[in-house]
Amino acid sequence: MGFFQDLLHTSRVKSPWLIHFDCGSCNGCDIEVLACLTPVYDVERFGILNIGNPKHADILVVSGTVNPRNAKALKNIYDQMPDPKAVIAIGACGTSGGVFREAYNVLGGVDKVIPVDVYVPGCPSKPEAIIDGVVLALEKLKKRRPEKDTEPLVADLKKAREFYENREDRQVTR
Amino acid sequence: MDFKTISFVILAIILAPLAGGLLAGIDRRLTAWFQGRFGPPILQPFYDVIKLLGKEPQVVNYWQIFCVHIYLIASILCVALFAMQADLLMIFFVMTIGAVFMVVGALAVPSPYSQLGAQRELIQMLTYEPLLIIVFVGIYFVTDSFKIADILAYDRPIFLALPLLYLVLTFALTIKLRKSPFDISASHHAHQELVRGVLTEYSGPYLAILEIAHWYDIVLILAICSLFWSTSWIGLVILLAVTYMAEIIIDNVTPRMTWKWMLTYVWAVGISLSFFNMALLYAKSF
Repeated sequence: MGFFQDLLHTSRVKSPWLIHFDCGSCNGCDIEVLACLTPVYDVERFGILNIGNPKHADILVVSGTVNPRNAKALKNIYDQMPDPKAVIAIGACGTSGGVFREAYNVLGGVDKVIPVDVYVPGCPSKPEAIIDGVVLALEKLKKRRPEKDTEPLVADLKKAREFYENREDRQVTR
Repeated sequence: MDFKTISFVILAIILAPLAGGLLAGIDRRLTAWFQGRFGPPILQPFYDVIKLLGKEPQVVNYWQIFCVHIYLIASILCVALFAMQADLLMIFFVMTIGAVFMVVGALAVPSPYSQLGAQRELIQMLTYEPLLIIVFVGIYFVTDSFKIADILAYDRPIFLALPLLYLVLTFALTIKLRKSPFDISASHHAHQELVRGVLTEYSGPYLAILEIAHWYDIVLILAICSLFWSTSWIGLVILLAVTYMAEIIIDNVTPRMTWKWMLTYVWAVGISLSFFNMALLYAKSF
């Protein structure tokens, strides 16, 4: 099994697909995340792709503070990502809430809602720091296994059907 | 079936995904080079697929699992039929079954992105399938057979008799490769518009299976292209290299268009080119 496991771990490190979620950021960090894709930094040479779909992604990159409104959306996106997955909080706001941490509508950093693996500070974070954060997240992601699913698939599907039927209760805006 | 055919089939089934993956890797590298970037390693598509195979299987319903496997089996069967030198029309019908099942899997899910992508994929199939049939009929007019064995036995390159129909075939190739300007159903380059269209709800190992099936499809279409210069290896390699290079350049210089434009443009240009080519063929024979 050693060979296949090593192959899987290498592939995991060599092909991290990111999904970027803006949790109410000022767009400073978002622009720096997108700057990583430009020819200057060119993260595709490490196999990193910016994916728009949580179901295909391995690493969730979150920028901005969390408030009660977008906490639901953030949790939803995190739950849609298949294991193994990692979360990176970007910028002062994503890591701790930043200058907004005491505002009445702010819950705080991303770690108030979902477990965070890597914190990338800065206001905004530099693209080099973001790439470094991805490398750190990969070290954690490498050995992680998909959690053993004790529930059979039928129960999962039943749950998914109920989830779909209750969709109106979960709507953020009515 | 003799031993030679069986070994051909087994070789094709093993080598086709390797060739398809390598081709995809070279494609990504060249695209990066055109854009002034360094680009991923050539083996990147294999890393992607292995990683996806190791992820947690996550489905919305059982139909997705079923459809993905039917698509893979149909694609493998197409390549195997080609290696057996079977009938072109047979290959075409088997290919259609696979493509339809991928759409059915996407339609079985309530997600609007998946639904919209599936509708667009159906329109893409509607666009390229008549053209493929016309190309096969053109080949029949030249060689008097739909059988690949007879086509390979023809002593001159078919390309010389059907240059315009080869252009029509490259339209189908562009659509099947999901390349711009016909990249409307899976939106490979525009994640914000349709997420991933028809691929949105497939994830983890099922996405990996779709990717492998897609490699088989690419190899199949390139193999059909190679029929056009089957008399010499050098001619065949040059024809395929020029075709694929042109595909990559077109992918990089054209914007994505709408389905209406695709349908009207490809049908108008494709059908008139085929008409001229058929006329040319008849003018020669008199």
